[in-house]
Amino acid sequence: MERVVFTEAMKKTHTILVPTMLPIHFKMMVRILRQHGYQAELLENSGRSVVNEGLRNVHNDTCYPALLVIGQMIDALESGRYDLNRTALLITQTGGGCRASNYIHLLRKALAKSGYGQIPVISLSFGGLEKNPGFKLTLPMGMQLINAIFLGDLLTQLQNQCLSYEKTPGETLLRVESWTEQLVEVMGRTKLLTGGKFYALCRDILADFADIPRRRENRVKVGVVGEIYVKYSPLGNNNLEAFLLSEGAEVVVPGLLGFVLYCVYNTMEDRKLYGGDAVKASLYRAAYHYLVSRERKIIQLIQEQGVFRPQTWFPELVKLADGYISRGVKMGEGWLLTAEILSLIEEGVFNVVCTQPFGCLPNHIAGKGMIRSIKAGHPEANIVAVDYDPGASAVNQQNRIKLMLANAAAAVERGGKEC
Amino acid sequence: MREGREQVLSYTVGIDIGSTTVKVVVTDGEKLLFRHYERHFSQVRQKTAEVLRLAAGVLGEKPFRTALSGSAGFGLARAADIPFVQEVFATSKAAELFGGDIDVVIELGGEDAKILFLTGGVEERMNGTCAGGTGAFIDQMATLLDVTPEELDGLAARHERIYPIASRCGVFAKSDIQPLLNQGARKEDLAASIFQAVVDQTITGLAQGREIKGRVAFLGGPLFFFKELQRRFAQTLRLAPENALFPELGQFSVALGAALYAGESCGETDLPDLLARVEKASTDVTAVSCLPPLFSGDDDYGAFAARHAKATLPVRDIGSYSGGAYLGIDCGSTTTKVVLLSEDNAILYQYYSSNRGNPVSIIREQLIALRGLCGGQITIKGSAVTGYGEELIQHAFHVDAGLVETMAHFRAARHFEPKVDFILDIGGQDIKCFKVKNGAIDSIMLNEACSSGCGSFLETFAKSLGYSIEEFSERGLFSQYPVDLGSRCTVFMNSSVKQAQKDGAGVEDISAGLSISVVKNAIYKVIRAHSPDELGEHIVVQGGTFLNDAVLRSFEREIGREVTRPAIAGLMGAFGAALYSKELRLENSALLTLPELEAFTHTARSAACKGCANRCSLTVNLFADGGRYISGNKCEKPLGVDETERLPNIYQFKMDRIRALEPRPGPRGKIGLPLGLNMIENLPFWHTFLSELGFEVIVSPVSSLKTYDMGRYTIPSDTVCYPAKLMHGHIEWLLREGIDTIFYPCLAYNFDEKKGDNHYNCPVVAYYPELLHANVGKLQGVRFLYPYFGLHRPKDFIKKAAVYFGSEFPGLSKGEVSKAAKAAYRAYAQWQAETAAKGQEYIRYAREQGKRIAVLCGRPYHADPEINHGIDRLLGSLGMVVVSEDCVAGLVEPQKVDVLNQWTYHARLYNAAKYVAGNPDMELIQLVSFGCGLDAITTDEVRAILESAGRLYTQLKIDEINNLGAVRIRLRSLLDAVRYASAFEKGSAQ
Repeated sequence: MERVVFTEAMKKTHTILVPTMLPIHFKMMVRILRQHGYQAELLENSGRSVVNEGLRNVHNDTCYPALLVIGQMIDALESGRYDLNRTALLITQTGGGCRASNYIHLLRKALAKSGYGQIPVISLSFGGLEKNPGFKLTLPMGMQLINAIFLGDLLTQLQNQCLSYEKTPGETLLRVESWTEQLVEVMGRTKLLTGGKFYALCRDILADFADIPRRRENRVKVGVVGEIYVKYSPLGNNNLEAFLLSEGAEVVVPGLLGFVLYCVYNTMEDRKLYGGDAVKASLYRAAYHYLVSRERKIIQLIQEQGVFRPQTWFPELVKLADGYISRGVKMGEGWLLTAEILSLIEEGVFNVVCTQPFGCLPNHIAGKGMIRSIKAGHPEANIVAVDYDPGASAVNQQNRIKLMLANAAAAVERGGKEC
Repeated sequence: MREGREQVLSYTVGIDIGSTTVKVVVTDGEKLLFRHYERHFSQVRQKTAEVLRLAAGVLGEKPFRTALSGSAGFGLARAADIPFVQEVFATSKAAELFGGDIDVVIELGGEDAKILFLTGGVEERMNGTCAGGTGAFIDQMATLLDVTPEELDGLAARHERIYPIASRCGVFAKSDIQPLLNQGARKEDLAASIFQAVVDQTITGLAQGREIKGRVAFLGGPLFFFKELQRRFAQTLRLAPENALFPELGQFSVALGAALYAGESCGETDLPDLLARVEKASTDVTAVSCLPPLFSGDDDYGAFAARHAKATLPVRDIGSYSGGAYLGIDCGSTTTKVVLLSEDNAILYQYYSSNRGNPVSIIREQLIALRGLCGGQITIKGSAVTGYGEELIQHAFHVDAGLVETMAHFRAARHFEPKVDFILDIGGQDIKCFKVKNGAIDSIMLNEACSSGCGSFLETFAKSLGYSIEEFSERGLFSQYPVDLGSRCTVFMNSSVKQAQKDGAGVEDISAGLSISVVKNAIYKVIRAHSPDELGEHIVVQGGTFLNDAVLRSFEREIGREVTRPAIAGLMGAFGAALYSKELRLENSALLTLPELEAFTHTARSAACKGCANRCSLTVNLFADGGRYISGNKCEKPLGVDETERLPNIYQFKMDRIRALEPRPGPRGKIGLPLGLNMIENLPFWHTFLSELGFEVIVSPVSSLKTYDMGRYTIPSDTVCYPAKLMHGHIEWLLREGIDTIFYPCLAYNFDEKKGDNHYNCPVVAYYPELLHANVGKLQGVRFLYPYFGLHRPKDFIKKAAVYFGSEFPGLSKGEVSKAAKAAYRAYAQWQAETAAKGQEYIRYAREQGKRIAVLCGRPYHADPEINHGIDRLLGSLGMVVVSEDCVAGLVEPQKVDVLNQWTYHARLYNAAKYVAGNPDMELIQLVSFGCGLDAITTDEVRAILESAGRLYTQLKIDEINNLGAVRIRLRSLLDAVRYASAFEKGSAQ
């Protein structure tokens, strides 16, 4: 099977479809792509037909995210809304030892089988696994995407901290929407957000959310961690966040930046463990320091304002894994998953839903495999592991999550302390 | 303190709506005034109201507090605005009632299993979504044995031995039990084994490394009703009688807990109000998605039925026929079928029945009846048997021939549709399908142990909802809103159905939905078809399940094509066998005569084979005429076959070499290596390396079932692959031997064999030591070394290893490490080269002797006999020389594949497939461990490589399941298909 390359000419003619994972982030990212001359469009189709296309087109034992992402794309192609000779697909590729790096190949196989062999698939990866003459991840575009991650994380974080407490139902979401629009607009206007403007935006966002009238009460806080797709995508996790909210919990979801930093960190760690190219490693180290220094700045802004809880700074998060799991575990979410659970506990979020696709290989180790030792170190931890797959019923998942919530409520009664 | 938590003055009512039953209790403080439980058959709302009305005598108009609990109660609680309490939480409340001082509570419900640790760190766990071993599981198993659950308990009490039965989920267990049944194992033993499986499942799946000790209370229906289950628990956990509590009210624990919760936290209500709310609770808001109805109306159905009525066989009255006749028997997994054909292929006699767990006696009855009917005027000229029980029946009744099921079905299908190019058979427990090309079977697909959601599944479901299968499927035909239940395994479907019920779906909608699911499962999971064109143009469907019109219609609908369903869909195996017996051209069948049949007796005795370390469970069948048939064996040893006749087998060679490695006493003391996963292949490396450094290397012994048992209680994830699970046992063995330094490195990268884009290990192989460290508590007490090394960069390895070992073992110099490493690399290379050379030698031998060669592919650790369950030896007994993927992977240029080729072990598979594709005397058989996510990618690719060269691909899914019945059928089908294909080629050449 020959790979269909995304040529320079296609940049002008083709619409690039992008699957959804994190709605806020991805909206901005798509706008950035457009700003750089790509006709990108975010896929928002969901529902049973997506799952069915996935089942039809992907080996059913493959992990659920592959099934959903590919199902979403094929479902879109079948919808008749796109000119199939002028459509391309974009998918991310991390290139780790997990089977997730094979999504793009499974997608191509599915396309060929469905008679869409002409459609080019673009791999989006910071490592540059595949080359396409018509698609280049330039430095300005990369920087702008990073900006979108920072801003998307901030918005999500503030949204979650307001949603359960807002006095006027719907107000938080209104502001999130309006900020997403504004940011999308800013991203579309400016080629690159520079430092000063960027932090000014962060301050404005913080101020605006602090302004939302909120009830002063303590809700049970529930962290959501796990495999990146099912953790974030409502399509993947049966609307987990909405369910937790309806049960009266405050949802805490670690940001996307952590995963990006984790990927960068692993390249440095790899060299430490196994040896290798020193120049490449120093490039990664520079990128790492740049990103964490920006993260620290945002954390400082949140602290200065004093209204919202900031996340754990990545270099601190890295240390949390000590004694639990080695940072050599770099496949899938690897050590990051364990560290995120630990950081949630440090932040006072003792209740955690650990999500993964059914049969997720890395999570056997870094997720389910670490719960015992985390509980041994933190008896207050209340963790439930939930598997997601096309056949799993929501009632079964919800029942287990409800047990976790009941335990959380009991712990509050027992301790009479903050939850 | 809140007001509601003051001393309770009013009554409390606890309602527990589980997956199968409704339980209600009424209490007045400590006093239990009322209790009642009833199956709800998914009529949750109505049954709850009914049971509540029964309590009217006690409650009257009095105010009371109430709360609802249970896995199926959540929806009703919301709709009727009744306080809800999660059931595990309710159980923990109830535990206070059962005498106090309880350390652990184990509760088994209809479909959930729970464990609560109350002392030493409170912890509560429920079974995951892939663990059906509970009340519903026991019911299913009872159905399988054709006894009531009560009888099952009685049988179990008289057991003599326990068979190992996979306990992870019902489907797996079924795959273990069914063949045992058909081989004649005693029901008593099976019954006890089923209970033991539940116990094992609870311990592995729920306790997950935490020891169950102290006073243990056992709650829930199954643990109250089944005395033998109680005994199995007490015995397995070694509980003294005073520490194993089986409270009489155990099955009401959740309801009692809900009542307690209500008393503390809920407001008051009264019966009329509560009833009104329950009855009014609307179920019309439905979250389930629906599918279009199967038929638009009676006319539509009529046309459909008329079309299918055409595929029939003539029937002749046996009384008025005289001449030759041919007997076909299909001793299937759940049903027994018999067909007697006349010379002109008319049916003289037919029989179809559930084999009720005892096929031998049913067939004897049938043969007696038949012989009687034949009298003097009909001569049975030939007889043949097929199906799971083939060998047993052939031996017992002197049937002339046995043939593998696939061949029987092919013959039968060809009779109805000479141009048939695709056959799909959904039977009681199997889904079989095969493509036909050039008059021979081209590829065979069978369902894997995990997706056996077939006929018996529908039947069991029908029963659990209170219907016969006929009634159940008929109801589905005209459902207006078939529920979309997905296409996963039955355990998942149970919970999907639960959800649908919760959302108000009726029995007819569930029935239709299940039929559609069975079809989708077959198409997308077993056949892996993408479009109807892939199946074929002339499709014949058969098997008892297709007699169900709802299934048939769903199938035609799903593939968008009309198919042929013979009216004898359920008898096709027997019909094919009868056709085959005709081809034998015998004058007279050797089948037992009437007097012989009448004198026939059959006894089965269980035994453990002492032939090798595997210690297979054998069933020895004895017949009245002195005949003997042994089953359960994986090789020919117990049958008295001479050792020297065994064919070369590289798996054997590999394990023998490992067994021959001796520890060499050294000044640095003992160091232990667990023999599993990548350690199996890397053993020569580490053994040499550590021995050279002066350690005495102690390797845990080759796995057996005992290894698994030893370590199973520390497995945190029950869906991880079996090879990984065995590691817990290997570590445990080393710990029990008193080894205080254990070495098991994390290797993210494997050796770079330059066959692919990268050379990773899979995540589980790479990092399992991390998991062991976190979950095997006793490892804290020893020195467990699990450093990260990259063997793919020898120079860096020496540097990093020198630093690591230098700091762990002061005095170890860089020079020593360097020298040891070089020796280790040499030893590893030599070991690999010798294996490859041995493989070449075996291949030459096979070619000289004219034997077929099986390239049994997998991972290096599939050489472990506890992982491959003796499939290598089985291939030997089928006349094949066995080599492995690494013997041939180096013989070709790297295969180009359509996926990211980034794992060392997996790249070998692609190369092996390429090599086999070019060598017609070889067959590739791929072993796939259940739960292996990477093989979801490799299997499709290996298949594509072989099929593009016109070759057959065979995949065998393996797990802890120990029974090779299905595997044997599959391999025999493969060999038959190969034989047919080569005969065809010869034919066309001439």
